[in-house]
This record gives sequence, C-alpha cells and structure tokens, in this order.
Amino acid sequence: MMEKIESPAESRKLLDKITFDLTRSIVKKDELTRFWFFILIMFAGVGLWGWIIQFSTGLGVTGMRDYVSWGMYIANFVFFVAVSLIGFLISSALHLLKINWAKPVSRVAEQVAIAAVALAGVIIVMDMGRPDRFLNIFLHGRFASPIIWDVTVITTYLVISLLLFYIPLIPDLALMRDRMGNELPRWQIKLYTVLALGWKGKAEQYKIIYHALRILMLLIIPVGLSIHTVTSWLFAATLRSGWDTAILGPYFVAGAFVAGTAAVIVVMYVYRLRYNLKDYFEDLHFDYMGKLLVFVCLVYLYFNINEYLVPGYKMKLADGIHLRELFKGNYSGMFWLVQITGLVLPIVLLLFRYFRRPLPIAVISLVVMISSWFKRYIIVIPTLEHPFLPVQNVPEHFQNYSPTSTEIMITIFSFVSALIIISLLAKLFPVITIWEYAEEQGIDKKYLTEKPKN
Amino acid sequence: MKTLGASMGVAGVLGGSSLLNSCAKVETNTGDKIKLLTSSGELVEVDKVQLKPAEMPSLTENQKRGRLGLPGRSWVMVIDLSKCRNARECMKACQNHHQLRPEQHHMNVLQMQDAEHTAPYYMPKPCQHCDNPPCTKVCPVNATFKRDDGIVLIDNERCIGCRFCIAACPYSARVFNWFEPRDAEKYEGVTYNIEANVPQKRGTISKCLFSADRLRDGKLPSCVSACPNGVYWFGDRNEDAVTNGTTKETVRFSELIEKNAAYTLMEELGTKPRVYYLPPKDRAFPFQGHIDTHHI
Repeated sequence: MMEKIESPAESRKLLDKITFDLTRSIVKKDELTRFWFFILIMFAGVGLWGWIIQFSTGLGVTGMRDYVSWGMYIANFVFFVAVSLIGFLISSALHLLKINWAKPVSRVAEQVAIAAVALAGVIIVMDMGRPDRFLNIFLHGRFASPIIWDVTVITTYLVISLLLFYIPLIPDLALMRDRMGNELPRWQIKLYTVLALGWKGKAEQYKIIYHALRILMLLIIPVGLSIHTVTSWLFAATLRSGWDTAILGPYFVAGAFVAGTAAVIVVMYVYRLRYNLKDYFEDLHFDYMGKLLVFVCLVYLYFNINEYLVPGYKMKLADGIHLRELFKGNYSGMFWLVQITGLVLPIVLLLFRYFRRPLPIAVISLVVMISSWFKRYIIVIPTLEHPFLPVQNVPEHFQNYSPTSTEIMITIFSFVSALIIISLLAKLFPVITIWEYAEEQGIDKKYLTEKPKN
Repeated sequence: MKTLGASMGVAGVLGGSSLLNSCAKVETNTGDKIKLLTSSGELVEVDKVQLKPAEMPSLTENQKRGRLGLPGRSWVMVIDLSKCRNARECMKACQNHHQLRPEQHHMNVLQMQDAEHTAPYYMPKPCQHCDNPPCTKVCPVNATFKRDDGIVLIDNERCIGCRFCIAACPYSARVFNWFEPRDAEKYEGVTYNIEANVPQKRGTISKCLFSADRLRDGKLPSCVSACPNGVYWFGDRNEDAVTNGTTKETVRFSELIEKNAAYTLMEELGTKPRVYYLPPKDRAFPFQGHIDTHHI
C-alpha cells in the first residue's frame, strides 16, 4: 500500500480522477457500444431460434446419435465450467495468499466466473432431451448421481460468485449513488441506491464487508474445486476408455485454470483498450498474469503427460484404439494443434518478457482459449466414437459425429450470452473496485462518502 | 421338465387376471371350469365366466407395479452363440414389440471377432440387465432402476433425456428417441406401459427390458419366442430353470451354463450381467458376414 495522503485537497482530487476513470465504462455511450449489443442480441436471437427448432423437432437436429450421445453441447459445458473456475483462483486463492497485484483483476475474474457458470447451467438445459421435465431433478433427485452433485455445486458456486461480486461492490455503489446524479439516468441512480443498502461508509460497515468476504473466500475454495472435479466425474464415473481414469478430477481443474486465466487476460485487455484504463490494468498486471498462465500451463502439461503417456505406454485394447485415434487417427490434427497452441506455445512464449506485454499476451490468451475449447471437444467426442462393442446395423453417421448447423447456432448462443452478461456488468458497475483501489493509492476512506461540492 | 414352461405361462395368466377378479362381481357359475396354477404353486379351478381380459391398469398403477417387478423371480437369459446364424428374427420381433425405428435396437445381432486370428461369430446383444448396473447408478431422477426380479427398467414418463446412462453403459445397450418415435400419431393418447416402454417418447431413453410385460403375462420375451434357431434360453434363476424359445424345452439353468462353459460379457468390468453366453463352439451355421476389423 502507498503512503497515506495527508492533504484533503490532494485526496479529493485523486479520488475524483480515479472515480472519473473507473466509471468511464458506465458513463461512456457511443455508437460502438450500441453496435456491440445489437450484434450480440442478434446472434443470441438466432441461437434461441435454433433451440426452439431443436425443442420442437427433437435432439435429432443435432449430430448426436445413440453412440456419440454427448456432443458439442457437453464439450461446451465443460469449457464454460472450466472458465468459471478463474473466479475462485483470482479473487479467493490469490487474495488469501495476500498477493496484492491481483486485487484490481478480481472483479474481472468474478464477471467472467458469473457469466461462465450461469451459461454452463443454461447449456445443460439445452442439451436435455426433455427440458420441460427440468423440475424432475428437484422432484425426483437421486443423490447418488453425479449430475445431482454437479447441479448442487454449480448453483452454490454461482451464488457465492455473485456475492463475491456484489459485496465488494457496495461501497462503489454508494459512491456512484452520491456522485453521479448528473451523469446517469435516474433509474440507474435508483438501482445503485437500492443495491447500496444504505451504505454510509462507517468503520463497522467495512468490518462486516471484510468479514463476509473472508468467509466467502474460504467457502469458495472447496466449492470451486468441486465444480470442476464433479464435472470431470460425469466422465470418470463411466467405464469408457479415455474417461475411466482416476486423474480426471485434477486434470480438469488444472485445465480450467488455463482456460480461465486466458479468458481474464483477454477481457482485461479489452477493458484497458476500450475504457482507456492503462493506469489501472498496468503492464505489470499483464506481466504477472502471463507468469500465472505459464505456471498453470505447466501444471496442466504435467497432467496431460500423465493422462496420455501412461495408458499410451501400455496400449490396452480399448485405450489403444482411443489413443491411436488421437495420436495419428481422425483426431490427430486437432489433438496435436490443441496440445501445441494451447499448452506448449504459451509456456515457451510467455517465458519471454516481450510476450507478456499487453497485446502479445492478449493474442496468445485468445489462442489458448480457442485451444481450450477444442481440447474439451477432444475429451468428450472421440471416446464415445469407440465404445467397447462394434457399432453395427445403424447408419454410417452414427459412428462419426459432426455437429450440425443448429448445434453450432445454439453453441454460439452460449458465447454471445456470456458476452452479454459480461458487457452488462461492465456497463452497470465499475470494472475495478474503486474504494479498494483508492485506498491502495493512500486515500482515506472518509473521502469516499463525501458528497461532491457542486 | 416340459411342464415348467407351461406352468410358468399359466401362473402369469393368473397373476394378470387376479387383479380383475378382485373387482369382478360374482356371477352365476356355468360349471365350465379351467385349472390354473397360482404363483405359490397351488392348482386351483376357476370358473370361465370369471375370466375376462384384463384392462390396462392406470399409469400410476402401472408405474408402481413396474417398479416392483414380479415377486420371487430372478430372470436370466442364456444365448447360445453356436446356434445363431444371423436370422435377425429376434431384432424384428423386438422392434415391433417396442415400436422402434429401424435404426433403434434393443436387441442387436453383432458380427464379432475377438482377436486377429480367432473365428468370427454372430452375437445377439440385448441389455445385460447387470446386477451392478452402471446405468441406473448415474440416473439423476431415478428414471431407470433395477427391480427385485433383476430387470433394469426405464420410466419414460420421468426420464429427462440427459443421456448419462448411455455414456455409462459399456454394452451400448441403450437408445435414445432423437426424433418423434415410430408411429407416434398412431399411438397418441395410448396409456404408457412401463414394462414394454411403449408408446416410446421423444427425448427419452429406451432399451431392452426382457419384455417385462410379456413375462407378467407368462410369455417368453419377444426375441426369445421369435428365434427360429434355438439360440435363446430364458427363465428364472430362483427356479434354476430356463426354457428354449424355439424348442420350448426346459432345462436346469445351472447345468446348461456349467456344461457349456458359459461366460458373461466383459465380466472384468464388474457389472455382473444376467445374460450368459455359451461359446460359439461347433457352430451350426457358417459365418457369412463381414467383419469390421476396427475393434481388433
């Protein structure tokens, strides 16, 4: 933390500047914003239309059939759950370890976590043959099924993530309520007033916030680890080659950190550029995030070696068929590309300071994210294409899966919906915690609740 | 020995009609009586007047009794691989009985070859009705379940279509209704029968159920009855008796599997199947199929 600024005038001036910078994303209204939302909503509409077709015709509009009965939706679901895990890593694990540089990043991480985990839930409903019977999960829930565990932990994770987003936001909401009456429409100020819960900036109020956050940060550790571990058990609980391994839980968690870190870097970069936040998402943040990405990639690489080398050494019958398909069969192109661009390349490149600068690392992170998505595809689909018994007496396309356009439309829906959530959060709330940042800069908390002079 | 097959049938008829009898009014006796064997093994006489075709029980009643199964039974199937010549009568009968589309198989006759130089053979593959079923374990809503008589059943009025059970089943025994099922218009409004899983429902799972509805009526499963080549034996492990669907011969189950060195499919997975295979030794018909090498 910086030296405390003694002069009130200086404190007020600095706070004004910080508030101005960090609310720019909220105040700024231009054509680009409108265009962005227009595009997103249009694509979301197309995706929803696709889902209506699927709902009225049946899941047969997808490329899935009796053998490959889980396809792109499930791969996409795993990807979203994976990305959401970053909320836990950055706003809890790093916080508790008192790693201070991560503080300004935590709200971005929570935005990403909320959007991703919410959409993961939606994707699962879209994958159901009978979404109209969704309530059966609660009416007839059978706790021995990993799906019920998944529903439980994902809902819990969503709630904790929302709280981790909301609670540190309260002082900011009060600040905007008090200061921004002139710049924002009345409904927005009213929204802030309601959400600020009558915040007055008293010492005991801060105490409650710190206390609540600490509890939540501790709570989210087991829940965060659970969401992706349990998601991996949807696969590991079966007897199929490629899924039937004890390592799948930590393997998924490690992979999740890779996807999530990359996602946060991309969002950070967009905010920095779009809202002119160079002084807030500094080069050093990208540098540290780059190092973090290398670290999680190394862990993931270790699990990958275990996951593929050990069965590859033995080549048991069914495992061998699966691995041959990945190493030199139909999926070899995708497999090696994903391993190289999603793992090896970021590790090698990000060792150099040059590539940890904002633009290069944002590009690398985007590539890592795309690779992470295809990695999930490779985890889900090839295994199902090779069951233990031969696929016979069914049409040719039952053996080999390829997604249909409806499926792709619906998958795009999940992406644009996640972007809509992130964009809305960025449009409504500061992307960096103002009060926390101001305090870091040495501004006393008492200035935060002052009414502006004009 | 042969009487056993017949008595099984009669017991089933009685089981089905007793429901009806309980609510039937007492009518004048015609003196025309028939003999029936109760499930406890007692021979009784019933007046013909009192025998009426049983009405289908209501959906909830059907679901309830479908979950319980047939008391005291423990169904098993024995498939003699040396007899199969890929006639596929079992597949046809099965698809008719369960209103399946041509690409949907509860019973699928596979062309198998275990290792590179071993002899190929035909292998009819129904649901294995495992005693440690991986599929029922993973169902989030208890829509698929194991009954006391050993049958693994599905309640399509409850299934949410998550397809976790398909992923869990190592025998690829389950199919899904990706589209509107076959003849959906024809069966519209027909009360669902859980023991035959008909009418099929879009967005839900289906699979072999050992023709549980026919067992209740004292008949052998559709595939077993349809086979022209004596491949299938079906019966009750508790009675230690299985009946051949073609010859109607009844033998001791334990003797049949012991003498012929029966095995179960992929027993190393620990699923404990209820379907036993007799090895394809001294095959009655030559293998004329095409073997796809992808699994060797």
